[in-house]
Amino acid sequence: MIKITNLHASINGKEILKGLNLEVNAGEVHAIMGPNGAGKSTLASVLAGREDYEITAGSVDFDGKDLLELSTEDRAREGLFLAFQYPVEIPGVSNVNFLRTALNEKREYLGEEPISAKDFMAMVREKSAIVELDAKLASRAVNEGFSGGEKKRNEIFQMAMLEPKLAVLDETDSGLDIDALRIVANGVNTLKTPNNASIVITHYQRLLDYIVPDFVHVLYDGKIVMTGTKELALELEEKGYDWIKERMEA
Amino acid sequence: MAGYTENELAKDLENQEYKFGFVTDIEIETVPKGLNEDIIRLISAKKNEPQWLLDFRLKAFALWKEMTEPDWAHVNYSKPDFQDITYYAAPKQTKKYESWDDVDPELKATMAKLGISMEEQQRLTGVAVDFVMDSVSVATSFKDKLKELGIIFCSFSDAVQEYPELVQKYMGTVVPVTDNFYAALNSAVFTDGSFCYIPKGVRCPMELSTYFRINAGGTGQFERTLVVADEGAYVSYLEGCTAPQRDENQLHAAVVELIALNDAEIKYSTVQNWYPGDKEGKGGVFNFVTKRGLCETNAKISWTQVETGSAVTWKYPSCILKGDHSVGEFYSVAVTNNYQQADTGTKMIHLGKHTKSTIISKGISAGHSQNSYRGLVQIHKGADQARNFSQCDSLLMTNRCGAHTFPYIECKNPTAKIEHEATTSKIGEDQLFYCMQRGISEEKAISLIVNGYCKEVLNQLPMEFAVEAQKLLAISLEGSVG
Repeated sequence: MIKITNLHASINGKEILKGLNLEVNAGEVHAIMGPNGAGKSTLASVLAGREDYEITAGSVDFDGKDLLELSTEDRAREGLFLAFQYPVEIPGVSNVNFLRTALNEKREYLGEEPISAKDFMAMVREKSAIVELDAKLASRAVNEGFSGGEKKRNEIFQMAMLEPKLAVLDETDSGLDIDALRIVANGVNTLKTPNNASIVITHYQRLLDYIVPDFVHVLYDGKIVMTGTKELALELEEKGYDWIKERMEA
Repeated sequence: MAGYTENELAKDLENQEYKFGFVTDIEIETVPKGLNEDIIRLISAKKNEPQWLLDFRLKAFALWKEMTEPDWAHVNYSKPDFQDITYYAAPKQTKKYESWDDVDPELKATMAKLGISMEEQQRLTGVAVDFVMDSVSVATSFKDKLKELGIIFCSFSDAVQEYPELVQKYMGTVVPVTDNFYAALNSAVFTDGSFCYIPKGVRCPMELSTYFRINAGGTGQFERTLVVADEGAYVSYLEGCTAPQRDENQLHAAVVELIALNDAEIKYSTVQNWYPGDKEGKGGVFNFVTKRGLCETNAKISWTQVETGSAVTWKYPSCILKGDHSVGEFYSVAVTNNYQQADTGTKMIHLGKHTKSTIISKGISAGHSQNSYRGLVQIHKGADQARNFSQCDSLLMTNRCGAHTFPYIECKNPTAKIEHEATTSKIGEDQLFYCMQRGISEEKAISLIVNGYCKEVLNQLPMEFAVEAQKLLAISLEGSVG
């Protein structure tokens, strides 16, 4: 699905990713954990194509395409989805209108006909139920006046609507209470198929109680320094990131 | 041609953005350039006007000569040479159109290009249209159907001939000839426009629409619109404007007067898309317009404008809230790009008790443009319990453009309640990135964000106009973030 090789990226001349390698196959869930400042959110931004970052070396193969050559919107249309850590408010633009535009841009890119209003609304009803999102929120302006939990649920709702191949969840658990966390995780689990994959970026092990990863990676100082299974996350939780730090600096 | 470079091609492509830049090849009848009493007499004679109207013109001209162009607006341009303008240009075909079939095919083609095929409009939307090209009203649809209800909707010239008493009674009562430089000029030389009268208690069943078009080169357009809603009447009126691309600056100085008698309501919507000039700021229309409405007791006037065109705009659609409990509203979206300049806003004059006004202004500046909101809220002594709410938002698309707000408030009654809110923001990189990460192209993302930003105003427009306005916003702001 995605193969990241020796990725180096910097912002304002400061190198953040320093030779990152990661391979994710269809049907897999990968968790990326790490202390603050390790480069977790940078990885998400670089994959999505945020322009502030400069890629100085490395390559990213996304389902046979050179991801780094694609524009931000084409990456999305190829099936890369980023659930934002801080979802953005767009006043005056209804969620429904926003999603319909996004969906039709993707369909046009793939050479498909625009979705009919009827099919679209049926899809909205079906998908909003997955994250228990109130139908009223679907017609409100994108994220405007949403609570923190509603914003995150809205991200997963958008993910359900756009049916990506690869979803990158950037600290989706931050700021969520336990009920919202359960709903969001349940949404992600429901959307899992043998043909898609997700990268779950998180600071805490807590989310991984609900979204069970096939692999857990530890990102430290711009590189993946350790890879394991769910048990690694538990070990991290117990010993703290200082444990990694000590091991790396030893 | 060997001299045709890539740069020129790029320039040609850039200019394609203004799709109404064509010129209709049609025979025109004009009067000689320049302005003097003889020209005014000639225009008046050509239109077979009564003596009182000629006197009105001459009086205005005498006053105009004593006046100077206003320079308080936040705009910079080289003043037009008023002797270098042709004050009358009309599609040559003096006979009246008996029916739509009589209309010159070339003219019909023009209208079709502008998206106002009358047959279709008549059939589908039920919008009655008056089409004013250069100075003369050339076609009015739906006249008969409106007549049954006693509604008069015709060109200004026809009104002068057929309903002189109505015209004489109301013309110049809201915008007196002495009002300002351009209003005086218009009063002296106006050539046509639209007239509308809705009788007592009648609710006009369809949108009335006038389409203004400057076609001929070297001409100015000076039209007058007069809308009178008698007691308890209602009308929704639409106005659209376009002009060909020319390197010269063309002058448009219109006067619009609205009169809403007791319990009447007038909704006046404008989509102004005069040629804005090219990317370097060459050419374009000078849009110096005086628009004002008078509200009697319990009457309501609502101005909605989407301003995307013109090189320089100077325009303040206003309401005089004379009657008790009268209501004035102003909803505006003004977009400036490249080197466009706009100084626009409104005046709400509260005279009556319990009068209410609302001002929602959304300015969007791109390129090197300058966009100013200028507004006056005036509460007079007798205006007990008057209420005003103003909201002026500015959105900046680049680091090179300017947004300015000049809100004036004069309050002489302690029971009044006035609220003013203003914001200035730059279009968010984060918003754009968020949209693009969902697969939405940058252009579409800008259009979405801007339309969302203007939603409160666009919602005020009649449906088919709103769709048009949204498209226009997208075109006007193409490639403008930086």
